[in-house]
Amino acid sequence: MPDPIISVEGISKRYRLRHQSAGYTTLRDSLTDWAKGLVGGRRAEVAAPGADEEFWALKDVSFEINRGEVVGIIGRNGAGKSTLLKVLSRITEPTSGRIRLRGRVASLLEVGTGFHPELSGRENIFLNGAILGMTKAEIKSKFDEIVAFSEVEKFLDTPVKHYSSGMYVRLAFAVAAHLDPEILIVDEVLAVGDAQFQKKCLAKMKDVAGGGRTILFVSHNLTAMSKLCTRGILLKQGEIISDDTVEVVAQQYLDSTLQPKDGESFSLRHQHPNLRLVGVTVDKEVADYGDSMTVSTEWQAACTLEVGIECAIRDESGAGVCYYGSGTIAGKEVCFRPGRNSVSLHFPRLPLAQGRYTVDIMAAKTCKFFFVFAEAAVNFTILRADPLGAGYWFCQGSNGGSVFLPCEMQTENETVIIGLSHASAPASEQMP
Amino acid sequence: MEELTIEAGRAEAHYWRDLWRYRDLFYFLAWRDLLVRYKQTVFGVLWAILRPFLTMVIFVVIFSRVAGLPSADGVPYAILVLGGMLPWQFFAASLSESSSSLLSNAGLITKIYFPRIILPASSVIVAMVDFAITLAMMAMVMVWYRYLPPARIVFLPVFVLLALVSALGPGLIATALNVKYRDFRFVIPFIVQFGLYVSPVGFKSAVIEEKLGTVARLVYALNPMVGVIDGFRWCIGAESTLHVAALAISVGVSLFLLWLGVRVFRATEKSFADIV
Repeated sequence: MPDPIISVEGISKRYRLRHQSAGYTTLRDSLTDWAKGLVGGRRAEVAAPGADEEFWALKDVSFEINRGEVVGIIGRNGAGKSTLLKVLSRITEPTSGRIRLRGRVASLLEVGTGFHPELSGRENIFLNGAILGMTKAEIKSKFDEIVAFSEVEKFLDTPVKHYSSGMYVRLAFAVAAHLDPEILIVDEVLAVGDAQFQKKCLAKMKDVAGGGRTILFVSHNLTAMSKLCTRGILLKQGEIISDDTVEVVAQQYLDSTLQPKDGESFSLRHQHPNLRLVGVTVDKEVADYGDSMTVSTEWQAACTLEVGIECAIRDESGAGVCYYGSGTIAGKEVCFRPGRNSVSLHFPRLPLAQGRYTVDIMAAKTCKFFFVFAEAAVNFTILRADPLGAGYWFCQGSNGGSVFLPCEMQTENETVIIGLSHASAPASEQMP
Repeated sequence: MEELTIEAGRAEAHYWRDLWRYRDLFYFLAWRDLLVRYKQTVFGVLWAILRPFLTMVIFVVIFSRVAGLPSADGVPYAILVLGGMLPWQFFAASLSESSSSLLSNAGLITKIYFPRIILPASSVIVAMVDFAITLAMMAMVMVWYRYLPPARIVFLPVFVLLALVSALGPGLIATALNVKYRDFRFVIPFIVQFGLYVSPVGFKSAVIEEKLGTVARLVYALNPMVGVIDGFRWCIGAESTLHVAALAISVGVSLFLLWLGVRVFRATEKSFADIV
């Protein structure tokens, strides 16, 4: 009989969205409501019907977690992941349902909660430790360990407002990493920091997990999640869609993100009577950094014509990442004969960050006249991206951009070449 | 093994135990507020002493030299006023600082659990530190006037404790209301100003009895600060007798407000993270 350390029974959480210009309740509103109630001789209604809208961030969520399990919670933005963690860590109360926690809980929903910019690193270790629930004695006994882990010894007496963001995060994670709880709840903290630090954090978390502790982990970093977790829970609009091994759940999550928005195929801004785009496919919808990819296009031409085939890859924000154009960049147009024509675009290597990409396909005449313009004709996802196998999590939306540019680095004394490795196995641990 | 149940609307039995577990957080939050207050100032922590000192000098100069007011029962008027002013300043500082404590720490409330009552309570502790410094200043003023307080000054800590209780209750109520009704931050300065005049700061409570009778004095004691200030004055010898009935009423009101404050705070506490 397994021993559940966390049992969640039918948890729901409702938020009220107030449709008012003023977001906060003012005393005047409450007083006038109350006065109206007095005059009317009945209880004042808090608000006119329809003024408040209910929003269920969590709907009847139930699961059990056994001691020592490391569970990843996956879902798109707004799926209820953060609300679930907030309810579990007692920051907010559930609207209904019950949770039993059998052990000391520490939650790390943000790196550096309670850090004060004016205080020194040393002072912040004590303050943050106390906020996270450590006693003064505990912090004192772990102080040296925390400092060693954070690697900021030299700057211990400098106010943290002068720290680089990397140092700040290292110090903050170091305090949290030494909490020593039975249940650790972690929300997307690996999204910050450099490769070495991310690696260190993961190692520390593995360490914690190895020590028989229970971890609940929310991250968009599927690589980190699949390394760390054994089980995954997929949330969608406040409900559990799937609860399985982390591999299965990660795949389901990817499938759900790949589904076209409204079941339609691509959106066509332009078609031309003489040339129509009839199909676009991609050989793999999920790839890793450095993989190859082929986009196949099918065209229907009414007459013989020469056009340039152009292709743009955009990231999740819609910004252009890279561009290929037979007419523009390569200076060669494609000759279409009447009837069916197929053109395939083969990319031997995708030096792209983790995330979702869309591909625009165009047929144009010297970039002035578009025959066909298909926006987001296909999309694909880069699942794992660690360009040089150093343990770095290269993802869209971080400050590292979306494309990795190989680079050769040299110093005066020796030639250190970093950045030319064509490591295609992102999970590899060795340094190039 | 400790087990914790989270359920909607359930009053956690763990609350007071958690409060004990997080006892160090009281200290650290108060310590943070004190440290941060004087960071990047030229005089640094010296301000903690300088600020009350300057206030005190103004009082002493104005009341004894400029106003030339007589001393009552051999007690310099300055000391009489300080005996009322210092507890009142403590109360005012506690009320205004604790009421804004949750809003200024909104980042903490939405990201981490700890008994929320620690936030207003630790800002009362910060005010307490200032209070302690001003008390030391008052001792110096006594030395300057060559005034020897009576032996009953040993009871002063009792009234310091009463001042703490009197400040914490209204502070908790104001804190809870301030989160929900943002208007309260405009109401509090008004309460502080108004309170100064309805508390026996510039005069003695005995004046009320002389002019309006004993019943009025007892009604007046419903203001919890009356008990605190009268007690203070009694301890430092600025008041010859302690009106026990009035004091009992003030203590009763203080305790009732503390009970009410804790209740109101606990009742609204759970929604803080959603509102802030």
